[in-house]
Amino acid sequence: MKRSFAILLSNPMSVAGLILVSIVVLSAVFADYIAPFPDHRGAVVDFANFNQPPHWPNIMGTDLVGRDMLSRILYAYRISLVLGVVVLAIAVPIGVTIGLAGGYLGGWAEYILLRITDVFLSIPPLVLAMSIMGVLEPTLINGMMAVTAMWWPWYTRLVYNITRAEREEGYVLAAEVIGASKLHIMFREILPNCVPAVITKMTLDLGFVILIVSSLSFLGLGVQPPTPDLGSMVADGARYLPDSWWLTVFPGLAILVAVFGFNLIGDAMRDVFGGDQ
Amino acid sequence: MSQIVRVLAKRLATSLLVLIGVSMLIFAIARVIPGDPARIALGPNATVEQVQQLRTELHLDEPIWVQYGIFISDLSRGDLGTSLYTNRPIILDIAQFLPATLELVFIAGIMMVGFGLPLGRISARYRGSAIDNGIRVIALLGVSAPSFVWAVILMLLFAFYLPIFPIAGRISDIYSIAPVTGFLLIDTLIAGEPRAFANAAWHIILPAFALALSGIGQAARLTRANMIETYDKPYVEMAQSYGFPERRIARKYAFKPSLIPSLTIIGLDFAAMLGNAFLVEAIFAWPGLSRYGVAVILRKDLNAIVGTVLIISATFLIANIIVDLLIALINPRIRYSQRPQ
Repeated sequence: MKRSFAILLSNPMSVAGLILVSIVVLSAVFADYIAPFPDHRGAVVDFANFNQPPHWPNIMGTDLVGRDMLSRILYAYRISLVLGVVVLAIAVPIGVTIGLAGGYLGGWAEYILLRITDVFLSIPPLVLAMSIMGVLEPTLINGMMAVTAMWWPWYTRLVYNITRAEREEGYVLAAEVIGASKLHIMFREILPNCVPAVITKMTLDLGFVILIVSSLSFLGLGVQPPTPDLGSMVADGARYLPDSWWLTVFPGLAILVAVFGFNLIGDAMRDVFGGDQ
Repeated sequence: MSQIVRVLAKRLATSLLVLIGVSMLIFAIARVIPGDPARIALGPNATVEQVQQLRTELHLDEPIWVQYGIFISDLSRGDLGTSLYTNRPIILDIAQFLPATLELVFIAGIMMVGFGLPLGRISARYRGSAIDNGIRVIALLGVSAPSFVWAVILMLLFAFYLPIFPIAGRISDIYSIAPVTGFLLIDTLIAGEPRAFANAAWHIILPAFALALSGIGQAARLTRANMIETYDKPYVEMAQSYGFPERRIARKYAFKPSLIPSLTIIGLDFAAMLGNAFLVEAIFAWPGLSRYGVAVILRKDLNAIVGTVLIISATFLIANIIVDLLIALINPRIRYSQRPQ
């Protein structure tokens, strides 16, 4: 384990990822102290200073009602990260449990569980989340539910594939011979062997959840104003291209930086710990 | 050949089962809508009687399984119901908007394969070099932004600052092409108008590339990873010890076998693109399914939501069957019954 971290820290790509992610996480956590205009995360208007290109003190410009873009981006990071963590905290246990059950129990359980997973996988992820979001009221909680509903099947696939391979291994047979319960074998014997791959995928996915959540709010189906959100900021600004480029470019780049950071780390972790594509 | 027919039959059967599951899922989602869809459709000025009449027409007062049964029996006759938003049969609405979206996704898919696989191949062949690192960073950047961000960036760079490509739309207004297939790239050729074809092709490049970028990155990453794995296989070592040219080893011994896992994921990426097309269409004012889809979702138009999702899922399943057939053609040895799901 210690050696793995040493390898991670010797790789320039993962160090770069670590730096990017630290910037994102720190700005989300300390937004109250870093943001030049903390109250601009809400429904503030400053029409004397609206739609201004980058200038001091609004180094990323101001939006259509005069709010500081940088401050709003920092607060948007906070919401995206919280969403990402909550979505994974719900989706991963569900997906892992179903994958373990399907892979280890086999037979009818395997068939039914995998067909259900297939159903979720054959609706394009964004379309599934969109229809859930459209049906429910667009609140933060519903957004989490919608994204969770599209996320767990990927963990089921991952864990199922590992479990299928592991269940033929000697140690599983040994546990069966001494009469260990199915639950014990699934969670205490097989699960530890899935952990590295699952953690690697979670690191990559933190970035992708941010990406999907911003896509939903870009379509007007996510976090609602005045709560700052990177996707809806891009959508609102897109109408004013190319003159007011700062309205779209900065939130867009903010998404890119965050997701790229998590991907750099996840990629390096995959090289060290293994895991699926 | 009979093997391929068997594969096809089996995949069709599974896909049908999955599609039924999708219809149930999406039907269940659409029926938990808070608020009365009939009231939303008719607006606040409608009388209680009018709302009640529409509720009866839509079978909204029946239990949900009866509603589902009615829906399935209509579906088997090719009837997806009437949209409360456009007041037209949903099947007509979708037939009108889907081709533009599919055209975009197809071109993006071609770009994904056409750029992604060669990039991955070069990356793997020059593993560890500056070229490899450059391609890896580009590929990772490609997957790290949603396609609407790429759409904005590409549009700013190549339509506004360097006005090479048109800003929006499918074709310039001066051309009027009679829709035959709905695919402009095909319709212009049928109409025998090469200029219109060139114009349509010019319009599709930027949005398709924005849509393809994450797929290109994903395909390049996968191909690289799979090829590096095959490079360690004994038969590649043997080919190397024979002194075969590196180019030939890369193409024949390392690339081809690594195509198979890549293709499976490309099928899944196709699904993602069908969804992401919504994001690109919004930026480039592409007259596809996106505006319709978002509009019917915002208006809680039940039948239209169910129909749209069902058609998109069916398209995706068909794409996956095609991918499976391609794999079967590339590698006749593949044992379908044991393919990981």
